[in-house]
Amino acid sequence: MFDKEKLSHLKEEREKWEKGVLGKTLSKAPESKDEFKTVSGSVVNRLYTPEDVANIDYESEIGYPGQYPFTRGYQPTMYRGRPWTMRMYSGFATAEESNERYKYLVSQGSTGLSVAFDLPTQIGYDSDHTLAQGEVGKVGVAIDSLKDMEILFDGIPLDKVSTSMTINAPAAVLLAMYIKVAEKQGVSPDKLRGTIQNDILKEYIARGTYIFPTEPSMRLITNIFEYCSKEVPNWNTISISGYHIREAGSTAAQEVGFTLADGIAYVDAAIKAGLDVDTFAPRLSFFFNSHNDLFEEVAKFRAARRLWAKIMKERFKAEDEKSMMLKFHTQTAGCTLTAQQPNNNIIRVAMQALAAVLGGTQSLHTNSRDEALALPTTESVTIALRTQQIIASETGVTNTVDPLAGSYFIEAKTKELEEKAMEYIAKIDELGGAARAIDLGYIQKEISDAAYKYQMEIESKETIVVGVNKYKVEEEAPKGLLRVDPIVAEMQKKKIDGVKAQRNNAAVEEKLQLLKKACEGTENVMPLILDAVGEYATLGEICGVMREVFGEYQQAVLI
Amino acid sequence: MNRTIRVLIAKPGLDGHDRGAKVIARALRDAGMEVIYTGLRQTPEQIVAAAVQEDVDVVGMSLLSGAHNYLFPRVAKLLKEEGVDDVLVIGGGIIPDEDIQGLKEAGISEIFTSGTPTSRMIEYIKNNLKR
Repeated sequence: MFDKEKLSHLKEEREKWEKGVLGKTLSKAPESKDEFKTVSGSVVNRLYTPEDVANIDYESEIGYPGQYPFTRGYQPTMYRGRPWTMRMYSGFATAEESNERYKYLVSQGSTGLSVAFDLPTQIGYDSDHTLAQGEVGKVGVAIDSLKDMEILFDGIPLDKVSTSMTINAPAAVLLAMYIKVAEKQGVSPDKLRGTIQNDILKEYIARGTYIFPTEPSMRLITNIFEYCSKEVPNWNTISISGYHIREAGSTAAQEVGFTLADGIAYVDAAIKAGLDVDTFAPRLSFFFNSHNDLFEEVAKFRAARRLWAKIMKERFKAEDEKSMMLKFHTQTAGCTLTAQQPNNNIIRVAMQALAAVLGGTQSLHTNSRDEALALPTTESVTIALRTQQIIASETGVTNTVDPLAGSYFIEAKTKELEEKAMEYIAKIDELGGAARAIDLGYIQKEISDAAYKYQMEIESKETIVVGVNKYKVEEEAPKGLLRVDPIVAEMQKKKIDGVKAQRNNAAVEEKLQLLKKACEGTENVMPLILDAVGEYATLGEICGVMREVFGEYQQAVLI
Repeated sequence: MNRTIRVLIAKPGLDGHDRGAKVIARALRDAGMEVIYTGLRQTPEQIVAAAVQEDVDVVGMSLLSGAHNYLFPRVAKLLKEEGVDDVLVIGGGIIPDEDIQGLKEAGISEIFTSGTPTSRMIEYIKNNLKR
């Protein structure tokens, strides 16, 4: 960003400063550590100067927001136009209770819904399945059939809200249910806005709610891409997620590298299935973690945007600029929350949320202070939402686009993260792509190595966690945590019995058989899933049929 | 006792969070124990079968989904039914303090919640083996 003459002068001046002013100070008062590092373990220099950004060309590498390579933002006016979507991930117990929480959040200024499903739903089991015992309604809402989905969105106009659903292996089924509920509200599919997570690769890597093996899973995903590009054009068909990779213990560079490598695998699969890149790529979205190291996180978001733009343009020859824009949701880092002194988590979340905003996120979930202990109470969720509203309304950070651009430190770190992420992508390419790298356990091993290293740093106090290994206090067990009543499982079972008694069972059987045939063949299964859902076939029945045809994924167990 | 301590680290239920289980498995291994990790989605029956087959001294379960009050006691009960009474059963994860007493009464010797150093777990295991 500076001419050669100027740079050589700067170098002389820096060396003079190092010998003079700096040297004098260091001789009297040495620094507290030999080396300073980010949370991810990458070295941070004492000072960054124009010399550190000399190799970064402003126009081609940084540029302008809303324009290739999108380093400064995916949209030209960013939060001056409107703030990010404040989207609080929630759901627990029954559809009735979750519906109440959604209505409360909307009344408090939440601008998008985000549905958390319980584990049986995420793994395609009905609430009355043996393997669902103990898990019904625990980490999210239990959805067994269209009936539950109707209750979940009762009184919420689906043409007015955007809804994100954290659903992966059975994403096609839950999306079909959503489309059917909208239909009953008189809302056509082209009016629907929202996102399904639909990212199976990171389930194999880090999150664990897989059902089917890789190949049929990738087929389901591309079936959704294709169906939505025609019928539900405003729907984000996938949210390629680094969040859980980071939660599992990865570094910031690994989060970007592994997530974009997954993205490459999805684009490859869709192209292989015969889709044109520019028909589906604009509906790809991403989901990142916002961790503790503020500047590293800001640099990470910017690096991810730039790298994805380059990949789409250069590797996949996308022509539509929308295919090159990386838009993303962010959640603050759950793994940084402490069970000790839980109010401290409010402060952590605020700073992580700030990093996401300074990094240009499109939507944001802020964690609640009590989530290292249980699902959050209404009071805790409200504080978390207010945190976002304070950042948006009071801090002034929304007044200009990409405010940290041009910082020698931020630009140097952005570049460094982009390069490190690219190294991981190159390694994964060498192994034969993300799916293969997962089968080989490469990605999982890299993450668990990083997680172990981090834990050991905490235990040696090289890394400080306030309230955990420093500034500890004796404290009483927190009271008033949210509990999910075990009666929820019984209620769900009764509802399933009711649905099965009322529906046309012959029609259900017929639709399930048609779906089975489609799964055995090569056609798009989405329309058949919609038909089965419409007859109130349960999630477990539909996934059961698919399990029969596709089989189940076998995890590579390694530590 | 000079025999190597054998530990089964298990993930009961449908929960996919295995960062903690893996970190602990490695820490125990680095502390000289022999560690078998089950991988995800183990039923209580599978965990008990593995514990018997591998002849372990310790079963350590990790669960973050809130299903601990159902799944942990079930493992303890099945072990008892198998006539296994000399295996130390411990658990960890996101577990509210108020649940710990009940879990102990159900046969889980100790519960380690978020923030526990692995060194404390290692020490606990060494001091509380049942055989």
